[in-house]
Amino acid sequence: MTVTVNGQCWELPDGSALADVLSRLGTPPRGVAVALDGAVVPRAFWAGTALRDGASIDVVTAVQGG
Amino acid sequence: MTDDPLVIAGREFGSRLILGTGGAANLAILEQALLAAQTELTTVAIRRIDTTGAGAGAGVLDVLTRHGIEPLPNTAGCRSAAEAVLTAALGREALQTSWVKLEVIADDRTLLPDPIELLDAAEQLVDDGCTVLPYTNDDPVQARRLADVGCAAVMPLGSPIGTGLGIRNPHNIEMIVAQARVPVVLDAGIGTASEAAFAMELGCDAVLLASAVTRAEDPPRMAEAMRLAVQAGRHARLAGRIPQRFWARASSPGP
Repeated sequence: MTVTVNGQCWELPDGSALADVLSRLGTPPRGVAVALDGAVVPRAFWAGTALRDGASIDVVTAVQGG
Repeated sequence: MTDDPLVIAGREFGSRLILGTGGAANLAILEQALLAAQTELTTVAIRRIDTTGAGAGAGVLDVLTRHGIEPLPNTAGCRSAAEAVLTAALGREALQTSWVKLEVIADDRTLLPDPIELLDAAEQLVDDGCTVLPYTNDDPVQARRLADVGCAAVMPLGSPIGTGLGIRNPHNIEMIVAQARVPVVLDAGIGTASEAAFAMELGCDAVLLASAVTRAEDPPRMAEAMRLAVQAGRHARLAGRIPQRFWARASSPGP
């Protein structure tokens, strides 16, 4: 299936979970948040959240600003 | 001479200078500036991580953690209430804080707040249990509306973000202070130390600035100047200035 991760198209095996995207990104253990199709998914639910074809995922962190 | 702590939503801060982290040439300079400012609360932006590189760099958070400085996620760059509410939710999840500096800007040229979207977002976030610190125009009516919907502070601009034009409408800031039921934080437009002192003399409870320090030629030194200016302005406010007079009044006894 194809999903969008921060605007980039990714091919993932069927049955992939949100946690698979995060581990492929090498996400640090803290300071990161994820939105799936415009809704925040808390870290505790990453492993149990199955992805579907066309899903849009945003992975964000804190940067200098403001 | 001692001063009361700044209290926002029941939390006490010894420092009345909130430093934004944007605009610094590098993290080492930013770290020195944060320490010189003795700030306890500092804004960070929430942005997508780079999906092509070696994972997300949590650099700025490492600096803040090392020195026990509280990060305050902002919604910089958001144009609508919906966008700001989602960004605030992401910031809340990423940093495990219910505090948010709420910014909803109208356009890139002025970076001025959009008052309608801002109020809408503030209301939604307060309902979600967030401690909302909104960046607002220097409009006493808008400031009152934001406090009415439950914002924990109001943060009027002195002048547009990054301009360094100081406080363009001191009377509006005084009116915001005079009617405020929540702390007033002068946010944006400060260019140099005298303007930070002026904000405090006008009765603001704190000053939030970034560019004035991070884009100065010597950021740590300017951070120190701002720390002293905020303290000086606060003392002057509490001390009670003399009334302004049209004619001279001798300070020495007559001959």
